Amino acid sequence: MLTQIVTFLIFVAVIGCILYGRKLIKTEKVDAVFGNPERALGGTHWVIVGSSFLLLVWLYYSWDIAKGFYPKSANELCQVAKVNDSLLGLKYQFPIEEREFKSTSQIKKENKNLNLILNEIQNSQEIDNQQKTVLAGFIKKTNQLIPLLTNEDLIENETKQKINDITGKINLLTENFQKPDYPFETEQELNERLKAVSEEGGWGIVKVKSGTGSIENTMEVPLIPATDRGLKFHAAAQELNSISDEFFKLRNHNPQFKNQIKQLKEDIKSYRKNLSDSEEVASTYAKNIVKIARRIEFASIYPPNALDKMQNAIIKFDNAQLKTQGGLRFIDILLFPAGTIVASGPSCSEQGSGRWLPKPSDTFNKFILMSKPSVGYKDIPLLWIDMVDVSKMIGFILPDWIADILPGEYPVHTKDGIVKENFKGNVLKVVTGDFKLFKVPVPYGHIWDSFLRVFLGLVFGIIIGVPLGLFMGLNRFAKGFFDPLIELYRPVPPLAWAPLIISVLGIDNTGKVFLLFMVSLSIMIISARAGASGTQLSKIHAAHSLGASKRQILRHVIFPNSLPEILTGIRVAVGMCWGTLVAAEFLAGTTGIGFVENVAKKYFQYEVIWITIFIMGMLGLLFDITLRKIIDKTIPWRGKG
Amino acid sequence: MSDLISQNLNMIFKTPKGETVHALKDLNFTLKKGELLTVLGPSGCGKTTLLNITAGFIRPTSGVITLNNKEIDGPGVERGMVFQQGALFEWLTVAENVNFGLRMKKEDPIQTAKKVDEWLEIVGLQGFGNTPTYQLSGGMQQRVALARCLINDPDLILMDEPLGALDALTREKMQSLVLKIWKETGKTIILITHSVEEALLLGERLYVMAPRPGRIHKEYNLPFALMGLKEDLREIKKNKDFSAKREEILEMIWNMEEEIMGKDI
Repeated sequence: MLTQIVTFLIFVAVIGCILYGRKLIKTEKVDAVFGNPERALGGTHWVIVGSSFLLLVWLYYSWDIAKGFYPKSANELCQVAKVNDSLLGLKYQFPIEEREFKSTSQIKKENKNLNLILNEIQNSQEIDNQQKTVLAGFIKKTNQLIPLLTNEDLIENETKQKINDITGKINLLTENFQKPDYPFETEQELNERLKAVSEEGGWGIVKVKSGTGSIENTMEVPLIPATDRGLKFHAAAQELNSISDEFFKLRNHNPQFKNQIKQLKEDIKSYRKNLSDSEEVASTYAKNIVKIARRIEFASIYPPNALDKMQNAIIKFDNAQLKTQGGLRFIDILLFPAGTIVASGPSCSEQGSGRWLPKPSDTFNKFILMSKPSVGYKDIPLLWIDMVDVSKMIGFILPDWIADILPGEYPVHTKDGIVKENFKGNVLKVVTGDFKLFKVPVPYGHIWDSFLRVFLGLVFGIIIGVPLGLFMGLNRFAKGFFDPLIELYRPVPPLAWAPLIISVLGIDNTGKVFLLFMVSLSIMIISARAGASGTQLSKIHAAHSLGASKRQILRHVIFPNSLPEILTGIRVAVGMCWGTLVAAEFLAGTTGIGFVENVAKKYFQYEVIWITIFIMGMLGLLFDITLRKIIDKTIPWRGKG
Repeated sequence: MSDLISQNLNMIFKTPKGETVHALKDLNFTLKKGELLTVLGPSGCGKTTLLNITAGFIRPTSGVITLNNKEIDGPGVERGMVFQQGALFEWLTVAENVNFGLRMKKEDPIQTAKKVDEWLEIVGLQGFGNTPTYQLSGGMQQRVALARCLINDPDLILMDEPLGALDALTREKMQSLVLKIWKETGKTIILITHSVEEALLLGERLYVMAPRPGRIHKEYNLPFALMGLKEDLREIKKNKDFSAKREEILEMIWNMEEEIMGKDI
């Protein structure tokens, strides 16, 4: 429903904006010449067209429009695909979709193989002439098997009869198929089918196993035919399957052929038995010749015109089923771009852009589900709020040794098994957070974890990097001493450090925060150093003659003067940290956006992958916009001094 | 005695190439309290070096310079400085720039605010206290720089081409302002300039310096600064005496420049 409305709105918006744009061009002043940059100003209507177009492409290529307007089309196309799948084996026997008969191409292929072996044998240095003659004889005999199969006079009546039977069955199916009430379903069958349909659910349904903490990637396309048209194809497909099985069980083996091949096999067997160990090459060639003979035996080779009637029957059925598809074919062509529904064995799936490009509506649903703690992803929601007692935070911040260094002993249980608390014990309770205060909401989840890692890595990098960088910008010793250290680790791509750091510090937050700290530290040091060494000497002189001390000059002149560089550094560092974090979460971890994407990749959960991509983009954008706002607020003098 | 006394001041620089430059040679002068000295000379004659030594930013190679009988061996509040480009702190407002020195001394904020208002009025910037300095014009920035320096009540004010970057009209106004402040506060001022007219107009005393080695070439005692306190500056420029002095000094400097160029070729 939503998809339909959105699609209509998009069309209305695009048409409206194009009309508005044309009107604007007409009313614009004539002096707006080409090349005037002012002509690029404004133009929100084109922004609407652009984004609408993007959304439309997404809706279209993810087949969401097909799902919105024809929700049952996938199910019907699945049934059609089943028919195509069943028909495929039979069709391949004839030049319907191929260029030649299967028999023809089979004969061509085996003749080629025989010639190849013959050539090899004749040119071989390891086989003596006598054996060459014997092997050539085998090849000739194998070659002579083919005419025994393709001779119309030799084909047995029983085989002919069976071919006629199969043809008859196909023709009957075609006839029945065109009847409106095929496959003659009873009331009870209908009710059972409809019940099964409603149990199975619709196209792209997400079944949530409540409490398991994960979204199962359920069936993309429902299998049970939901419509009468679908049922027709479903029944035909089943019937075609049995016909096809029957045909492929059939063997065109007349008595002459049977004798000949039996004798050939025995000859080769006894020949190989009599060969000594040193004549292994000849033995291998003989074995290969037998293999070709076996292939000819089971290749369903028939005389040229023996299957003509059957071919006609298949073509007729194919035409009938195309006709019955009717409008479904156009839906398939128009609304399922770059692919279609494909059946393989018992299941149907989306093949093409609809597979890897998730439908916006599905994506949105999954995003909502993943955000909730009741579903989440791997037991953790994307972003939610948990009520946490303040005592836990106090316990986390205060180190436990505070209680240890207090005088006295911890309480010991008495003879009666009672533990009486003393002061030291109570202090221990406070520093370990074992008490109750009021609760405050604290966000948690994958997004929050990733965010927190970037934030902490960045904060530590700033806290250590900025003073160190300023110091390095002002002091020859500091610059010389720390420069080799930083210049040695900085050019290494952060991800190259990741395996080492994760191995040493663990896959949890510590390792990742430290990795991000390393990334942000070098950037912050370099930018703070550039800021400090870029301070105008006259400003420092002015501060000196105004009576400022060294510390005051650092605090009131050099630091604010380096702020633009430092903030630009932070912006760069955020981008770098964000990229590094996602990759680090790919490597190892149990939470975080990168972790979610990595797991989703393993199970081909395209929706989840797209959701993570989207979240990363949005968070990156959010970081950047926030920083830009902060920069505009804190250093308005930048570029104006 | 609050005099500035320079005794045998020598300054020798070494360039990165290893050549020695004699920036100042045997400089001897005495500046009494309340005098306005302008220093004039072609580029490279050691004007700015002299000022930097006086301010305490650099130490002389030999010789002693004393203010109030105290040897100058570092920057200090008693010697305020005004720079060519203002050197204002652009992250601070006008008022914060002006009270910078007092804030660094941690003086009473209410007293400071009062002083700031007074000084802003003197330099003609009433009501601009909360304006960020980057929004000011060049002349206004120099007024802020003057106020920032004067609010510390220094004994000696050093001005390093403070009006060099201003347009002609603003320059004239600022010259009057400098004279007005000089008169009202009675401060000792050393002003370095490139402009002969400015040196003549503002200088109670005038040193013309010569380069290689940097030395005082000629010394003048001039009446124009005192005249400028009463008369319009433009009127003084029409004075015959003024014109004669200007031509004399200009010729002197031209000769110096020619000498250098000749040496170079």
